[in-house]
Amino acid sequence: MGSAPLVEVTGDGLFCRAAGCHIDPWKPVERAIVTHAHADHATPGCGRYLASPTGKIVLARRVHAGAAIDAVGFGETIEMGDARLTLFPAGHILGSAQVRIEHAKTGETWVITGDYKTRPDPTCEAFEPVRCHTLLTESTFGLPIYRWDPDELVKAQINAWWRENSDEGRTSVVFAYALGKAQRVLGALEASIGPIGVHGAVLPLNEAYAEAGIALPETVHANKETAGELKGRGLIVAPPSAAGTPWLRRFAGPGGMSTAMVSGWMRVRGRRRWRPVDRGFVLSDHADWPGLLETVRESGAERVGVTHGSSRQLARYLSEQGLESFVVPTRYEGELGTEREEEQAGSEAEQ
Amino acid sequence: MKRFTDLYTALDATTRTGEKERLLVEYFSSTPPEDASIVLAILTGNRPKRAVKTPVLRRAVSEMSGVPPWLVAECYEQVGDFSETIALLLPDDCPAGTDEPLHRFVRERIGAMAGLSEETQVMALRETWSGLSREQKLVFHKLIGGSFRVGVQKKLVVRALATVAGVELAVMDHRLAGGFAPDAEAYETLLRTEDETDNAARPYPFFLAHQLDAPEEGLDAALGDPRVWIAEYKWDGVRAQLIRRAGQTLLWSRGEAIISGQFPELVSIGRSLDDGTVLDGEVLIWRDDSPRPFAELQQRLNRKVAPVVQPGLFDRDEAVLVAFDIIEAGGEDLRSLPLQARREKLIETVERSGDPALRLSEPVRGETWEALAKIRAGARSRGAEGLMLKHRLSLYGVGRRKNPDPADPGWWKWKLDPYSVECVLIYAQAGSGRRSGLYTDYTFGVWSDGPEKPERELVPFAKAYSGLTQEEIEKVDRFVRANTTGRMGPVRQVKPELVFELGFEGIGRSDRHRSGIAVRFPRMLRWRTDKKPEDADTMAALEALLSAQDGGRA
Ligand SMILES: [Zn+2]
Repeated sequence: MGSAPLVEVTGDGLFCRAAGCHIDPWKPVERAIVTHAHADHATPGCGRYLASPTGKIVLARRVHAGAAIDAVGFGETIEMGDARLTLFPAGHILGSAQVRIEHAKTGETWVITGDYKTRPDPTCEAFEPVRCHTLLTESTFGLPIYRWDPDELVKAQINAWWRENSDEGRTSVVFAYALGKAQRVLGALEASIGPIGVHGAVLPLNEAYAEAGIALPETVHANKETAGELKGRGLIVAPPSAAGTPWLRRFAGPGGMSTAMVSGWMRVRGRRRWRPVDRGFVLSDHADWPGLLETVRESGAERVGVTHGSSRQLARYLSEQGLESFVVPTRYEGELGTEREEEQAGSEAEQ
Repeated sequence: MKRFTDLYTALDATTRTGEKERLLVEYFSSTPPEDASIVLAILTGNRPKRAVKTPVLRRAVSEMSGVPPWLVAECYEQVGDFSETIALLLPDDCPAGTDEPLHRFVRERIGAMAGLSEETQVMALRETWSGLSREQKLVFHKLIGGSFRVGVQKKLVVRALATVAGVELAVMDHRLAGGFAPDAEAYETLLRTEDETDNAARPYPFFLAHQLDAPEEGLDAALGDPRVWIAEYKWDGVRAQLIRRAGQTLLWSRGEAIISGQFPELVSIGRSLDDGTVLDGEVLIWRDDSPRPFAELQQRLNRKVAPVVQPGLFDRDEAVLVAFDIIEAGGEDLRSLPLQARREKLIETVERSGDPALRLSEPVRGETWEALAKIRAGARSRGAEGLMLKHRLSLYGVGRRKNPDPADPGWWKWKLDPYSVECVLIYAQAGSGRRSGLYTDYTFGVWSDGPEKPERELVPFAKAYSGLTQEEIEKVDRFVRANTTGRMGPVRQVKPELVFELGFEGIGRSDRHRSGIAVRFPRMLRWRTDKKPEDADTMAALEALLSAQDGGRA
């Protein structure tokens, strides 16, 4: 092992000197590998981007117009400076990748997971465990209270809620972040229950998913023209910012409307109450506690860096299990008061 | 245990009052008394005692889940509820849960726990956990923790039980007024059909006055000769009926709640009244021959008191009933007598009583509307809010009438401040400077429609910062923190529960406000803890103020 670590934390974010490249930088840099297109990972204004082929399709719609984006297939190794670089599916959203970096001379290997989930998800490539010496893992849900029920159970809950609403003339509204969660929810719906409408912010991302060959049920743009069809029996997928807007109110059916939030945070009642919604469904695009521990184990890593979420707690737990672990600071740490940090975690991470 | 868990989970998941009531009715009408009585006791605040100490629970959960104690503490910090934290940490090895009836579960799994050694308690916990679903575990922890709270107002429980029993709300309220112990037999008695004892307690529906909006110069046209009206001060107190029947006295507030316990000195008036007497009036705190501000009355109302009336409970007996009507005398319903005749009986009754806590509402005298308007203008200095106008021939009607009926002219409240609206707190933001850190800047809403539209919503219409005492501000601050339902930057959305009387100087149309209306110099006149959010004003009330003002100018 050399004097400097293969991947280091700089003022711009994670940086690999051997490859001459940043990973998910939080400021515009020359060259950036982007694990996925969520706002807290994809910064506009970089010179060149590198992503997975499906990741590129989504990223092109999220960073600045005309951005130079290179794609490298999952499992293909490319040489960058003194490093060999390979992307593996992270199972978080369409095109999300883990980054494996191997030093060409020493053979030392690091894996940066980005956001990930270990459960299968029909709207994105399935997560693959990757072996390495040092693992940098996220920890959004890095506490043992977060254990997800089987997806099938949650999907059945969502559809049962929709069916009940539609029987009583209530429009169903699901608040889900426009990229990733919205498509996962759409993929979980039983289209036979009624018409499905989507907010304008969700439309372009659905197109990206279609371009990547992901099958989603038929949807209409929820607007003045389609309101009549959606009212009372339809389900509308919209970003949380649409809550309480006049746009949303026009879809109320004769029985009103019922709103729901779909997020891993909904596992905790207190978090459910933060949101002025009628229902909370626990469906997350992040690994739960057992998923995090399993990933650490399967990586075979000797050292584990923990970032983004309950990093302090997970790192301490892993240390007590005999692993060398440390906290990797994220962009927000120290800049905000506790209350806003929590909000940040609740909104950004599930974007 | 299954049904109760489902009830608890469903009540917890909804914020809609109507939905909560429906759930309660469904539960109580289909649950055997052995179980229902336990649930009713919990819902009315008679909770089971703590059976297991927190450290024992903490140890057991750590052992069973393999999560170290420090991490259990970290989890608790995120969840904010210990019962829930444990339920989330334990393995989900029994999603179906137990079918055991609640009363048996409480007796055998909780009651039996109390005397055991710590070791045995841990073993018993593990054994019980292995048969419970996640939701049942949460309820189990609440039951053994001794602090079971369900987010349901007692009023709602009473209403649901009244529906189940098929009796009037007031009847059920009275039956439950002495508290409820978990006993199947008592539960069955509670749900019996109405009988004599209920009749003795029942108040009459309060007759309510309508807001008088006509300008002073239009009163001759609107109300006719002022001399056919009885004008009285409109006091800022609590409207109540004092009932003396079958040797017992009860004090009912307009919210259909029994407030006898808070006002022993008013209950003792009953001893000076004949059986079969019902007086209607305003409860006030009276000192140095004038009424005290509403806040002092509020303190009395808020006092937690035993259901048994205790004379001399308060340092000073200074509550009074300012009686303005008599609805029953000699056991006879007087509501179809004209006010003039009722008033004579009232004067006679008050004089015969001689109890200093019973005062007669004295009419004010004015031969012309101009003279009455002058008296009204000085009402504030007397501690009153304005005048009440009651036609000498008016009957004691039911509820609040929509329009004046020439054949049966009613009661009018002629309030001093024409611009006062009752509205609901919906958003709060922290103040700055001296008030930083406290939620002091509020946004208030009024209803989009009347109560006949169940889907009506609260429309934000004014912001206000001033008018509350420091103590009230701190109370509202605590409420905001505990009842936040959403956040937009620094603004918290809160559960629509607190009602305030908002005063303002002017009103006009505005494109910049969602309500389409802007008000000048809004401030909180009063925190209406006696009002429920559904009592708040509607957009129609604002429109009426607006057109009254526009009409006045034109
Ligand atoms: Zn993400």
